[in-house]
Amino acid sequence: MAVASNKPAAQPAAARRVSVEPVAEATVPEFTKEQELQVYRRMLLIRRFEEKAGQLYGMGLIGGFCHLYIGQEAVVVGMQLALKEGDEVITGYRDHGHILACGMDPKGVMAELTGRQHGYSKGKGGSMHMFSVEKGFYGGHGIVGAQVPLGTGLAFANRYRGNDNVSLTYFGDGAANQGQVYESFNMAKLWKLPVIYVIENNQYGMGTSIARASATINLSQRGRSFDIPGEQVDGMDVRAVKAAGDRAVKWCRDGNGPIILEMLTYRYRGHSMSDPAKYRPKEEVDKVRTEHDPIEQVRGRLLSKGFANEDALKKIDAEVRALVNEAAEFATHDAEPDPAELYTDVYK
Amino acid sequence: MPIQVLMPALSPTMEKGNLAKWHKKEGDAVKSGDVIAEIETDKATMEVEAVDEGTLGRILIPEGTADVAVNTPIAMILGEGEDAAALKDGGGTARQQKAAESAPPAKAEQPAQQVNRAPAPPPAAPAPPQVQALPEAGIPEGTEMVTMTVREALRDAMAEEMRRDSDVFVMGEEVAEYQGAYKVTQGLLQEFGARRVIDTPITEHGFTGLGVGAAMAGLKPIVEFMTFNFAMQAMDHLINSAAKTRYMSGGQMGASIVFRGPNGPASRVAAQHSQDYSSWYSHIPGLKVVAPYSAADAKGLLKSAIRDPNPVIFLENEILYGHSFPVPKLDDFLVPIGKAKIVQAGTDVTIVAWSMGMTYALKAAEELAKDNIHAEVIDLRTLKPMDLETIIESVKKTGRIVTVEEGWRQSGVGAEIAAGVTEQAFDWLDAPITRVTGKDVPMPYAANLEKLALPSVAEVVAAAKAVCYR
Repeated sequence: MAVASNKPAAQPAAARRVSVEPVAEATVPEFTKEQELQVYRRMLLIRRFEEKAGQLYGMGLIGGFCHLYIGQEAVVVGMQLALKEGDEVITGYRDHGHILACGMDPKGVMAELTGRQHGYSKGKGGSMHMFSVEKGFYGGHGIVGAQVPLGTGLAFANRYRGNDNVSLTYFGDGAANQGQVYESFNMAKLWKLPVIYVIENNQYGMGTSIARASATINLSQRGRSFDIPGEQVDGMDVRAVKAAGDRAVKWCRDGNGPIILEMLTYRYRGHSMSDPAKYRPKEEVDKVRTEHDPIEQVRGRLLSKGFANEDALKKIDAEVRALVNEAAEFATHDAEPDPAELYTDVYK
Repeated sequence: MPIQVLMPALSPTMEKGNLAKWHKKEGDAVKSGDVIAEIETDKATMEVEAVDEGTLGRILIPEGTADVAVNTPIAMILGEGEDAAALKDGGGTARQQKAAESAPPAKAEQPAQQVNRAPAPPPAAPAPPQVQALPEAGIPEGTEMVTMTVREALRDAMAEEMRRDSDVFVMGEEVAEYQGAYKVTQGLLQEFGARRVIDTPITEHGFTGLGVGAAMAGLKPIVEFMTFNFAMQAMDHLINSAAKTRYMSGGQMGASIVFRGPNGPASRVAAQHSQDYSSWYSHIPGLKVVAPYSAADAKGLLKSAIRDPNPVIFLENEILYGHSFPVPKLDDFLVPIGKAKIVQAGTDVTIVAWSMGMTYALKAAEELAKDNIHAEVIDLRTLKPMDLETIIESVKKTGRIVTVEEGWRQSGVGAEIAAGVTEQAFDWLDAPITRVTGKDVPMPYAANLEKLALPSVAEVVAAAKAVCYR
């Protein structure tokens, strides 16, 4: 697994050579009991939600493309802890985790996945296109890399208005090779825009490993030509993510312009539901799951530090499961959009 | 033999300029590369360098002379051993001088420039005939009309809307310090400052996405493309990000944004810089597409576009920038998006055009009138949503229709109009619907081929006569 950890990362069989400066234990601040419990619940919600979405997809209740976020939960949950009201979040197509982390209602999210009338986009957007201006979530964009200039534009609006809001612009290791990313970097630095580029490096752009797609694989340094600082972060450790998020948010709010956080993370499932993930050995996935799982890490700390016992965690698990089941129930019984909706919302 | 120094052109569309200053006086020695004079247009100042060596024998055009036509002899240079007597017949070999622009544009190519005060006929298109336009609905009787160019009207529209709404800003290549590659944003930086008039790097894909993002956050950007040819680099954001987001979000979020700039064939810039995108954008649900002809419409429609909550593609035309029209002097003159205008009433044949196509249509109508064919000329003004109703009503009166566009024939706007008329007014047609379009080739550079590739007045006249069986 190529993530920074308490010890130097072990290299899996796949031809990946992500050079990671191991994050020293002392630099990862410990969470309080409340924080550990909070992130545990939030990450678990995303995990269980995605498992349920996978199940509903298999039953034919969700159509089209469905990109699951399982394995990457610590990134969005950790980053969200660094934000305040008014900050904006924008991402690509693997967006369910970000949506839930922003506090959007799982029922509305699942109903969008099933294409029903009470989905966040009235069933017109689907998995890749959900939005909530109220929750500061600006999508949900299906074209790889397109959200990067859009997120830079959100930061532009913050600067234009003179507020201290920060745009959190997520993209993946695949999108990191799109030209528009660098056009955005240039303008963001030129105009000192308050944008955090969070590169979720889950090691594969669809079926192509980063080493097979990228001439340089330390993506945190992709802003060097523009003098944008960047750091690699253990994206499987929610505490490391939050700490990096806090630093980056401060950097932006202090008026220093953009910053890059490369989150070293991993997706357990295929690129989309139709991807059997034959391009990587099963052992690679298993190794991450057993040694680096973001949720298991928190669970382990909760138990070892005596913040919670098995019964308390089981209770949380049950509550989260109930929430997800409720969302699935809602989403499978909600009506499809009225045919008249076909022609609405094209123009205002 | 003395050598004539000719007034140089800064660009393919420049017709005349001012001779601002002579750096040499009669009798001075001149070496190749010496700056001998300065000329200026409304857009730029340019130094005239000597190509030949000799003595400046005679200055033919004194400094301070305005509106000197391109290729007018402005001085004579005497070669070695020649004396002033050789000039007595004003003879000599014409020699175009090298011109070095003092402030070159950012793109490698020079954006063509248009002389502001003198709307001269562009090489490949007819001059606007003096047609008495029918009055615009909504303009109070007795409103004073002021003559201004399309360029000035567009600038005024932006300035008025920026004064009215602090969320409106303009961004693009060379819009601020350079005052606009085509001078459309002239003066805006001075009035509104660098916060609201923003020079972007040459990065269409990026700044278009950035503009859409700012619009998603509630601002109202005006994004200028130096020309719409460069907007192809940004097509994904225009269509996937700007046009579709309102629908994909179930109406929650959209983009109130205007994308504007010159569209369509310019003059002598060849295939990559000379293309009409009217039909491209008018294909896309979620976009509004506006393509004005007159200065009044340019002003009123741009103001409406800036206020519109939807993304609007605002197609201007480089050659029309310098054309002058009467514009109503009103505090807040708006032209509604989606309404065509009957510019000239007639009974025999309907001619539909927009933007530059109107120049062919109006000139053709003049020619046709000489043969007692009275054409009704409709300026479509907005391509999407299309005011088919006005066209249909006209066709029901005339029974004949000719469409005019500089764009290509297949899947063009004319094809769309033809389909609509066939569906809704088939029984009123007395002749096949006829399209006059750009030819189905990339735009050639050579002057004669370029002219052949474009529609012409003669083609419009011939088409109108054909549908009238004359």
